[in-house]
This record gives sequence, structure tokens and C-alpha cells, in this order.
Amino acid sequence: MTENYNIWVIILGLGAGSFFLRFIFLGVIGDRPIPEWVLRHLRYTAVGFLPAIASPLVLMPAATEGQLDTARLTAALVTLGIGYFTKNVVWAILSGAITLYGLLFLLG
Amino acid sequence: MNSVKAAFWSGVRQFMPFNIVVIPFALLFGVVATEAGLSVFETLSFSVVVIAGAAQFTALQLMAEHSPTIIVLASALAVNLRMAMYSATLAPYLGKAPLWKRAFVAYFLVDQVFALSSMEYEKRPEWTVSERLAFAFGVAAPMAPVWYIATFFGAYLGNAIPDGMALDFAVPITFLAMIGPALRTLAHVGAAATALVVSPLLIWMPHSLNIMLAGIAAMIVGAAIENRMNRSAV
Repeated sequence: MTENYNIWVIILGLGAGSFFLRFIFLGVIGDRPIPEWVLRHLRYTAVGFLPAIASPLVLMPAATEGQLDTARLTAALVTLGIGYFTKNVVWAILSGAITLYGLLFLLG
Repeated sequence: MNSVKAAFWSGVRQFMPFNIVVIPFALLFGVVATEAGLSVFETLSFSVVVIAGAAQFTALQLMAEHSPTIIVLASALAVNLRMAMYSATLAPYLGKAPLWKRAFVAYFLVDQVFALSSMEYEKRPEWTVSERLAFAFGVAAPMAPVWYIATFFGAYLGNAIPDGMALDFAVPITFLAMIGPALRTLAHVGAAATALVVSPLLIWMPHSLNIMLAGIAAMIVGAAIENRMNRSAV
């Protein structure tokens, strides 16, 4: 599947690009003050990007070829809900994992 | 124990629960990469050089679809664009640190290091730059070796991992578990809800652009709600 690629171009290119993205502000901007409106937007990066990545994976899981899946959808809602109400990442992950495996087992 | 050491060990401790998601995630990458035709050495190198699970999976996915090299790179980097935001978020806290230390933080700036560090820095405004660095390196200290070693085992075990394990769901579970506790204000809820709705609606867009656009839309919504709440509070 990957024999048509020069895999080192992809590994090193992706490594260099990822480091650049991670370093650009930390390395170049340093401790110069960043305007308030920029910081106000940046406060919402985590709650913006994490769900943007997660929601298509929940609604269209690759494992079911993009079909909505009861076990995965329920596990996702449980994870989000437990995380919100307990403010505890570990409980959220454990509840989500137990829900997922429990439902996959029960629903076959 | 001095405060810098305490911050480091606090980072180590706070990372520990994430082992239960980082390990399966790395194992799965190892399995999927070797099944796609990479050698064990190439697979391990991928995890060491790139150290970004979602982008690594994106690259494998696009290679499986026979996309040109430039599209493989561009798509995986699009998924990683959020890391520029992470870098910008941590810059005000770590800007005074020596350049080489900031370079090391940048290398380790994965989702968990960002999420735990940014929350801890916000909670402890009295921390010095040394304490902040120690905390970030404390999170990275177990994360990176666990990521490498689990990738290696995944690559080594290959097909021995059964299909029914539903390891595909490690990513959304991790991300969703981090979102819940972060929903501290109406603005955070508005931002997350925007991303949850917009990203699947734009799934038809090429090169994971749905993630970028939904993420940016969510930031704009969050900032706008915060602005409005501040004004009505005055």
C-alpha cells in the first residue's frame, strides 16, 4: 500500500512541518505581549479544535465504514457528560471505555 | 522538595491517567502502519519524528487512498495546524524561557501536554517560568517514552491485535473526556457546540478542512460570547 511512496519524505516532511507549527509562536513571538483580542480567541482553541476532530469520528466512525453506531455514539455522550459533571478526565475516559466495550459486547 | 521539582512531579502524575488512551492509540498506529506496509523501524521513526497521532493516522489514511505525496503532507499538517494555536496559547506563559527549552517544549507539544499545561498555568498564575517548564516536561516525561514503546509493540505485534478491540475509538474518547471539564463558561459551551455541529457538516471538504474551519468558527463564537458577557456584566 505504501510501496509507491518515499516514506522518508513523508516522515521527515511531516516531522519538520509539525515542529514548525509547534515552534512558530513559542520560538518566534517569545514573551512579546499578544493583543487581548488574540488571547480571547485562543482561549477557545481546546474547546474548538478537540470537538472539531472528535465529532466526525463519533458520527461517522471508520470502524463501521461511516455508519452511525449505537455503542460508539452512547460511549461518546457518556464520556462528554461524565467529564462535564465530574470535571474529572479519568472518570470520563473510564466511563466511556466501559460503556463502549459493554455495549459492543451486549449488542454483538 | 522544591517547587520546581514539585511542579515536574505534578505533571508526571497528571499525565498518568492518559496512559490508558495513549497506549492503545500508539499500539493501534503501530498495527495500522505495519499493515499498510511500513517496516517496524519506519513505524517507530514515524512516532519519534512526528509525535502527533492524529496527523500520523491522517497520513496513513491518505497513502491508503493513493493521494500524491504533497496532499498526504498537506492534509496531515492541516490536522496539525491546531498546534500553532497551542504554541500561541503557551507563548505568553513560557516566552521568557531560553530558546532551546522552548524548542524542547515545542517538540513535545502534543494534545495532552497542551491541555494539561494550559489548564494548570491558568489555575496557578503565581507560577514562575521554571515551574511552568517543569510541569510541561513532567507531562512529557512519561508521555514520549510510552508513545514510542507502545508504537514499537504495536508494530511488532501487528496482526495479533484483534479487530474487535474498537481501538479506533481511543481518539474521540480522549478528546471528549478533555472537553467536558473545560466547559467552564457559556462561551466555552458555545464554542464546543459550534465545533461539534460544524465539523461533521463540512466533512465533504477535502484535506480535513472541516476541522480547521469548524475550529476557527468555534473560536470566533467563543470570543464573541465572552465579549457579550463582559459587556453585560459592566
